[in-house]
Amino acid sequence: MTSVAAAVEANGLVKTYPKGVRALDGLSIAVRPGEVFALLGPNGAGKSTTIKILTTLTRPDAGTVTVAGHDALAHPERVRRVIGVVAQRSGADPAATGRENLMLHGRLYGLPSRQLRKRVAALLDRFALTEVARRPVSTYSGGTQRRLDVAIGLMNRPHVLFLDEPTAGLDPQARTAMWAEIGRLAADEELAIVLTTHHLEEADRLARRVSIVDKGRIVVTGSPDQLKAELRGDAVHIELRDEPSDGLAARALEAVDGVREITVAGRRLSARADDGAAAVPHALAALERAGVPAATVTVARPSLDDVYLRYAGRRFDEEVTA
Amino acid sequence: MIADTWWMTQRRLRVFVRQPWYLVFTLIQPVIWLFLFGNLFKRVVDLPGFGSMSYLTYIVPGVVVMSAMASNMWAGMGTMEEIERGTLNRFLVTPVRRGAIMNANVIEQAVSTTVQSLIIVLLAWASGARFPGGPAGVVVLIVMAVLLGTVFSAMSNAVGMLVRQRETIIGLNTLLLLPLTFVSTTFMNEDLMPHWMRALTDYNPVNWAVVAAREALAERPDRGDVWLPAVGLLLLAVLMVWLSTRTFRTYQKAV
Repeated sequence: MTSVAAAVEANGLVKTYPKGVRALDGLSIAVRPGEVFALLGPNGAGKSTTIKILTTLTRPDAGTVTVAGHDALAHPERVRRVIGVVAQRSGADPAATGRENLMLHGRLYGLPSRQLRKRVAALLDRFALTEVARRPVSTYSGGTQRRLDVAIGLMNRPHVLFLDEPTAGLDPQARTAMWAEIGRLAADEELAIVLTTHHLEEADRLARRVSIVDKGRIVVTGSPDQLKAELRGDAVHIELRDEPSDGLAARALEAVDGVREITVAGRRLSARADDGAAAVPHALAALERAGVPAATVTVARPSLDDVYLRYAGRRFDEEVTA
Repeated sequence: MIADTWWMTQRRLRVFVRQPWYLVFTLIQPVIWLFLFGNLFKRVVDLPGFGSMSYLTYIVPGVVVMSAMASNMWAGMGTMEEIERGTLNRFLVTPVRRGAIMNANVIEQAVSTTVQSLIIVLLAWASGARFPGGPAGVVVLIVMAVLLGTVFSAMSNAVGMLVRQRETIIGLNTLLLLPLTFVSTTFMNEDLMPHWMRALTDYNPVNWAVVAAREALAERPDRGDVWLPAVGLLLLAVLMVWLSTRTFRTYQKAV
């Protein structure tokens, strides 16, 4: 039995797509009521598939799913009443106006006309959409359209709001505005938010708890601070002038006191050091002696990027750009 | 279910009402067939065995039915666009009845086919075509056009959801449109067709629609000649809608 206390509880989700692609491989998550929970991982890690299962769009091959106390596999229709979804692709009808999109969405939840009109007016106002409400959505900017998407997602006063890559494709300004919006939503004690992102910064900023997804499984879960605290010391990133021959640079660094967890990716070296600033001169000297001089060096406090590197065994952006 | 169907249909009809130019666009083809083709082959009726009506009058049911097929066979493109844009998924995460989404497709298609057919009939009438079967005959014609439209929009939707490739729909439509039109009595009297072609027309749903409609528009319609093809067409439409509903379920499993 699942405790009613969980907003979302998924256990052992497995999903294989035709052509044998295993999108989920025993993924489990638990989201507490009222919290902002982030699924963090590169494209193709299984985040979107997870959201599709949790929002009843598709069914897993194995596993159990409970959303707001309802079994999503046995009673998807009950789940649909209590969730809101902001998908990666807007889904708003571009030919219809913002208001019409909201009205239709409310109708689908069976809201009576008078109540619906009130609700729509309130949402338009809250998301600063009143001015553009009578214009077709096709004329909206990316940020405006995203605000409409969120308004649509909140139409039925959901217990759980799913945001699938809420800032994907937004310019930096619209992204910051969206973050502020999500921050305001998070203040609502009743509303649990599940968001997916491949932006470390986004998860770090918005989420109370983060699960890192890799290859269809959760590799680690915790608050951003907890996860970062597990990494002792500073991150040292060095970029070499030339690509080193196999193992040469790593061996050179290993010899330096207080430097550990060395990973090499092309010209980029990453390592961990108790005192980054003190280790840098020694590390640079060691590389120079080995004949693989450094071009740039940075020392940073641990970031979620480092957490990802530690648990998934590779750098985050390698996946994203690949 | 009825309320859901109403809201979903309203959404689709709004697009139809807001883009009247689209209607004009869909009328270009039928006008070409009616007036260019109709005039070019005006004297075909002089061939022995064709009967006595004017050629324009003869081709009206065929042009209406053919236009219904031609505009409905693109329905899958719209469905694919809705899938790609995320609109379909947006509806599927709400409690909306799944059947209502399908119903809305069929109803919107019926309404637009009716409008299109009526305009073609009026244009033809204004140019001298005559329909002794009267309003009842025109109603039968429109029902046939709607049923045939349903067959092709359901098929197109199924293909769209299944393969999700525009090229497939384009290819299929180009492949089907002309053969189905010409292996029918749309433009040519059955008695004047090569024997093998005439045999094929019996299996062509486009011809069922044309035959039933033309008969209903005639002076003293033979009821059997109207009912038999009409029932056949109705059954085929039901089958196609069922098939496309099945495909819809498959789509839901594969999102």
